[in-house]
Amino acid sequence: MSLILDVQDMTMDFGGLRAVNNVSISMEQNEIIALIGPNGAGKTTFFNCVTGVYTPTRGGISIQPPGGDRESIKGLKPSRITEKGLARTFQNIRLFPNMTVIENVMIGRHTQLKSGVLGAILRGPRTRAEERKVLEDSYEILKKLNLGHHVNDLARNLPYGAQRRLEIARALATEPFLLLLDEPAAGMNPQETRTLEALIRKIRDTEKVSIFLIEHDMSLVMSLSERIYVMDYGKLIAMGTPQEVKNDPEVIKAYLGEEVSA
Amino acid sequence: MTLQQIKKTALVSLWFVFLTFPIMVIRVNTITQTITWRWHNMAFIALGTFFGGLLWRLALDRKPASARQAKQPEVLTEDPDVTDVKAESGIARRLGILRVKVAQKRTRRSLIALAVFSALLFPHLSSLYQTNIMITALIYVMLALGLNIVIGLGNMLHLGYIAFFAVGAYTYGLMHQYLGLGFWAALPVAAVLSTLAGILLALPVLRLRGDYLAIVTLGFAEIVRILLNNARNLTGGPAGISGIPRPSFFGMTMNLYQVSIYIYYIVLAAVVLTVFVVWRFENSRIGRALVAMGEDDIAAEAMGVDISRVKLTAFALGSLWAGIGGVIFASRTAFINPASFTVWQSIIVLSCVVLGGMGSIPGVIIGALGLILIPEYLRAFSDYRMLVFGAILVTMMVFRPGGLIQKRRRAYTFHVEEQK
Repeated sequence: MSLILDVQDMTMDFGGLRAVNNVSISMEQNEIIALIGPNGAGKTTFFNCVTGVYTPTRGGISIQPPGGDRESIKGLKPSRITEKGLARTFQNIRLFPNMTVIENVMIGRHTQLKSGVLGAILRGPRTRAEERKVLEDSYEILKKLNLGHHVNDLARNLPYGAQRRLEIARALATEPFLLLLDEPAAGMNPQETRTLEALIRKIRDTEKVSIFLIEHDMSLVMSLSERIYVMDYGKLIAMGTPQEVKNDPEVIKAYLGEEVSA
Repeated sequence: MTLQQIKKTALVSLWFVFLTFPIMVIRVNTITQTITWRWHNMAFIALGTFFGGLLWRLALDRKPASARQAKQPEVLTEDPDVTDVKAESGIARRLGILRVKVAQKRTRRSLIALAVFSALLFPHLSSLYQTNIMITALIYVMLALGLNIVIGLGNMLHLGYIAFFAVGAYTYGLMHQYLGLGFWAALPVAAVLSTLAGILLALPVLRLRGDYLAIVTLGFAEIVRILLNNARNLTGGPAGISGIPRPSFFGMTMNLYQVSIYIYYIVLAAVVLTVFVVWRFENSRIGRALVAMGEDDIAAEAMGVDISRVKLTAFALGSLWAGIGGVIFASRTAFINPASFTVWQSIIVLSCVVLGGMGSIPGVIIGALGLILIPEYLRAFSDYRMLVFGAILVTMMVFRPGGLIQKRRRAYTFHVEEQK
């Protein structure tokens, strides 16, 4: 089986601070994997490097979309990386607060559309058909994520859990093969977290999208992910199945500290 | 209105009495070296500020309630296509300032038709003076609509917009002076040049936002103005360019009155074209991407929007209208010099957009018309113009921070949903 995402020895320095140190992570198609670690371990920086917000100091990032060729995405602009099929959500929700819910999703369709300024002004049959299509597609995505009744609400007026779902909807609208979720369950209650877990599974199964998540909610991570990577102080300290990771002494040390020994 | 609020208001008016005491009550006569105490003024101030304060509090009290009401989902129409829904905000409803609810497409169409019709008849029903004022106002409507693309949609603070106006005006002036070209030949050239100037400015500021963008654009406008001022050999410096011809109409000779009406129709057509293009643009893929970028550029980029391209498009399309407006301006005044293109003009255009309602086309039009026409008709009170202006700005920011007509997002309906 081919690796859809392959990060090799990635290092990211901010001045003298090494936020990500020699990290290699790879994943296969249709996998759900998680990246965990204490606060400040460099998880979000890792995401930002993969999605193009930062260009890593060293190391390589390559992708192979299902049915496509292997290519390097290191140093590409975030918008180009999204075009290639990696979509992400943000740790602190970053919706377009004063746009309606459906418009938020329509922005996600941006890369799937072509019409330019001239087309918009003349509004020929092709542009009109495209606009109609994007509306319908966006509405379909909203319905899938149980947001159908919110279509015309402003994004900022949605309840918190719905805002999280909308972020996922918007990311799905870009038609990714890999979805990167940065702490999707942050701030959710246990009930909402369970719904989210089912939702993520459903997305993986029905949309054929692989999922890569960063999460602090251990019950979610343990039940959802097939493999887990653990980071601490910018380094990868463990990887494996949830069971293996749970019993790894290094991981326990990172999370709970270690006993003082002579 | 509680007792506590009345107490607070009384305290405020007491404070005002204290503050204004030296200037309103004491009058020193330096010739006879006597002091006149005008105690009645004190009473006026006390009463005036007290009741003014009460009104202010009353209005403030009602504001949060209206804000909540405005957040309710808007009325949907049966049209599956898109429809703009504008809701009057609560304060306007209560005070009866604005009773325009244009929910139905038909009403909106007839309103537009009425506006266009009255605009068409205007020069024939009014004097030459009125027509000339209206030409200026319409040029500013064009400027405001163009700037609205950058500020209202893209949320980028652009303080140098007038520079593109200057580019348009000077393109016509110089082309006439050196090449002898007329209005209609200069118009497309100026449009292209101002668009290019817009791209030229956008390129270095692609990575800037907020205050930094404002500073750079401000600097750019000053550079253009100072350049025009100092390139005496080319532009005539502060003396400017004079004798710029009016637009021609198949070689017909027209008197001043006819030419004014002719220019009026040209600028009206230009405004209609601007409205049309901006309206189509803002509801298109690129326009949506621009709005998204204004809301959150990192998220927009993560959604696949090419920020640089969208920014360049916004600046280019925004500057285009300023260039066209500049040519019309030059042909109307027949004389241009750098003093017409100061930062102050940029600020006025910016105020048109902000007061009218950022991102809202009817808002921006009303804002520009109001801001240019009201001072003209208030010439009698020209001493107090700035005072009134300031008071209006402050009141607006408190009660209607989104502008006169706030931007409403489009609402969509789906047949699928109705069948349920």
